Amino acid sequence: MTIFEKMMAIDRRWVFLLLAVVVVGTYAISFQIPIRINSEVRTIYEFVDKLKPGEIVYLGIDYDPSNQAELHPMAYAVMEHCFRKNLRIIFCTLSQYGPGMVDAAIKDITDSLKLDKTYNGIDYKGRELVNGIDYVFLGYKPYYALQILAMGQNFRLPFPIDYYGQPLDSRPMMQGVVNYKQVAVVIDLSGGNITDAWISYGQGRFNFPLALGTTGVMAADYYPYLNSGQVLGLMGGLLGAAQYEKLADNPGPAVDGMRIQVFAHLVIIAFIVLGNIGYFTAKRRRAKEGK
Amino acid sequence: MDFETFLWTTFGAFCTLAIFSFLYKDNPFYKFAEHLMVGTATGYFSVLLWHNSLYPNLFAKLADGNWYMLWLNSSAPWYLIPGLLGLLMWTRFSKQYSWMSRWPMALYIGISAGLAIPLEMSNRVNKQLYAMMSDISWGNFFGSGLFDPISGLSQVIILVGAIAALAYFFFSKAHTGAFGGLAKFGIWILMIGFGASFGYTVMARISLFIERVQFLNRSWIQVAFDSSNTNHHSGYIIAFLVVAMAILAYIVREIVAHLKKSENIS
Repeated sequence: MTIFEKMMAIDRRWVFLLLAVVVVGTYAISFQIPIRINSEVRTIYEFVDKLKPGEIVYLGIDYDPSNQAELHPMAYAVMEHCFRKNLRIIFCTLSQYGPGMVDAAIKDITDSLKLDKTYNGIDYKGRELVNGIDYVFLGYKPYYALQILAMGQNFRLPFPIDYYGQPLDSRPMMQGVVNYKQVAVVIDLSGGNITDAWISYGQGRFNFPLALGTTGVMAADYYPYLNSGQVLGLMGGLLGAAQYEKLADNPGPAVDGMRIQVFAHLVIIAFIVLGNIGYFTAKRRRAKEGK
Repeated sequence: MDFETFLWTTFGAFCTLAIFSFLYKDNPFYKFAEHLMVGTATGYFSVLLWHNSLYPNLFAKLADGNWYMLWLNSSAPWYLIPGLLGLLMWTRFSKQYSWMSRWPMALYIGISAGLAIPLEMSNRVNKQLYAMMSDISWGNFFGSGLFDPISGLSQVIILVGAIAALAYFFFSKAHTGAFGGLAKFGIWILMIGFGASFGYTVMARISLFIERVQFLNRSWIQVAFDSSNTNHHSGYIIAFLVVAMAILAYIVREIVAHLKKSENIS
C-alpha cells in the first residue's frame, strides 16, 4: 500500500479533527485579511446609503437559527446602517423560527444605537430607537407566498396587528404606508425558498427594488437574477456579510470569520488535491497490474 | 452575569458540543441534544401556529358565536368553510374517509397553481430568456475588469453557455460531431456552475462552525469564566467542571472499550 493509498483510506474523523484544530487555532490568533468588495454587494450598500432620512426599508428576516451564522451578521450590518442613516424599517419574518431572533436583534441594535459612533469618518450621535416610529415588527405568518402577495395589497391584510399586539393603524410610522409602493427597497435575507417567492410573487408582481442576502449554499443560484435586473444586489453567505460590514465600516462577526475561512479553505483544498493524487495514482497502479 | 444566564449559556455550549460529538460517533449526548432540538422546535412551532394563524384567522372570527349553534350565529359564519376544509385534511388518518381530504387538497393546489404558473413563467423563465438574449454591448466588449458582468464578453459567455448546457440535456440527437462538441462544452459549463456552488457550500459549512466557535468563546467562555466580570461566581467553574468530568469519563470509557474490542479482534 503506497502512501497515497493509505491517505485514501484515512479515517474521516482525522480530517474533522484537523479542520477543528485549524479553525480554533486561527480564531485564537488575531490578524486581519484584506476583503475585496464585489459589485453586487456594493450596489446594495450604495442604494441604502443614498436613501433620504425617513424613507422606509422593508427588511425580511426570513431564516431560521440554522442559518443564523451567515445571515445574522448581514441583518445586523444592514440594520445598523439603516438606523444610523435615520431610515425607518419594517421588519417581518416569514420563517417560523424567525420571530424570537428578530426581537432579539432589534433589542441588540437598540442598545448599539444609544452609543455615539463613527462610521466611514462620519460621526453619528447615539439615539433611542422608538418602536412604532423608527420601526415596526410585523411578526410571522405562515405560507410566505400568500403573505408576500397580500402585503402587496396592504400590509394590514396579513398583519392587522404587529408582533407586539399593537394595531398597525395605531403605529405612527405606518400612517400613509399601505403597501410596497411606500417602501424604498425590500431587502430579503433568506436561507430557503422564500427568496424565490420574493422574486416571483414580490418583485415580479409589484416591481419594487429587491436586494437579496442568501446563504452560501444558495448564492450561486441567484446570480442570473442580477444579470436580468430583477435583483439590484446580492450578498452571498459570510463573504457577502463581511463585505457589507466592511463597506459600512462596522466590522463584526463576518469580518472576524473571514480570516478563519481562508485557512479552513486551505486545509480543504489540500485534502482535495491529495485525494485526487491518491485516486489517480491508485488507478494508474491498478491499470499497470492489469486489475 | 446572573446564575440563570450562566446556566442557559452553559447548556447551549453543552448542546453545541454534544451535536459536534456525532462527528466522532453516535452517542447518548448527541441523541439527547438532537431529540431536545426536534421536540423544542415542534412545540415552539405548534404554539406559534396557534397564536399567529389558527386563533386570529379562524377562532377569533367565530368567537362571538355559540358552540351549541355550531357558530352559525357568529358575525362571520363563512369562516366555518375554511375551518371545515381544514378538518377534512384530518380524514387522511381514516381509510374509509380519506377521500374527503382530496377536496381541500384540490382547492389548495388549484389556488397555488393559479397563482404560481403565470408569475413563475414570467419571472423565472421569460425574464431570464430576455436577459440571456439581450443585445451584446460591442462597445464595452471587454468591460472594466476580469469577467465584468455587464461586458459584451460576459453576455456572449452566458448565451453560448446556456445553449451548450441545454444541448447536453438534448438526447433526441446523438452527441457526436459538432453537436457532441457543443454538449461537451455544456458539461464543462455545468461543472463550473457546480464548482461555484460547491465552493460557496464549503464556505457556508465552515461559517456554521465558525459561528459556534465564536459563540463558545464570546458568549460562554469569556463571559461565564471571566473573574473580572461582575456577579462572577466560582461556583460556575465548579458546576462546569462537574459536567466536563462526566463527559470526559464517558469518552475515556468509550476509548477503553474500543481498544479492548480491537485487542480481541487481533
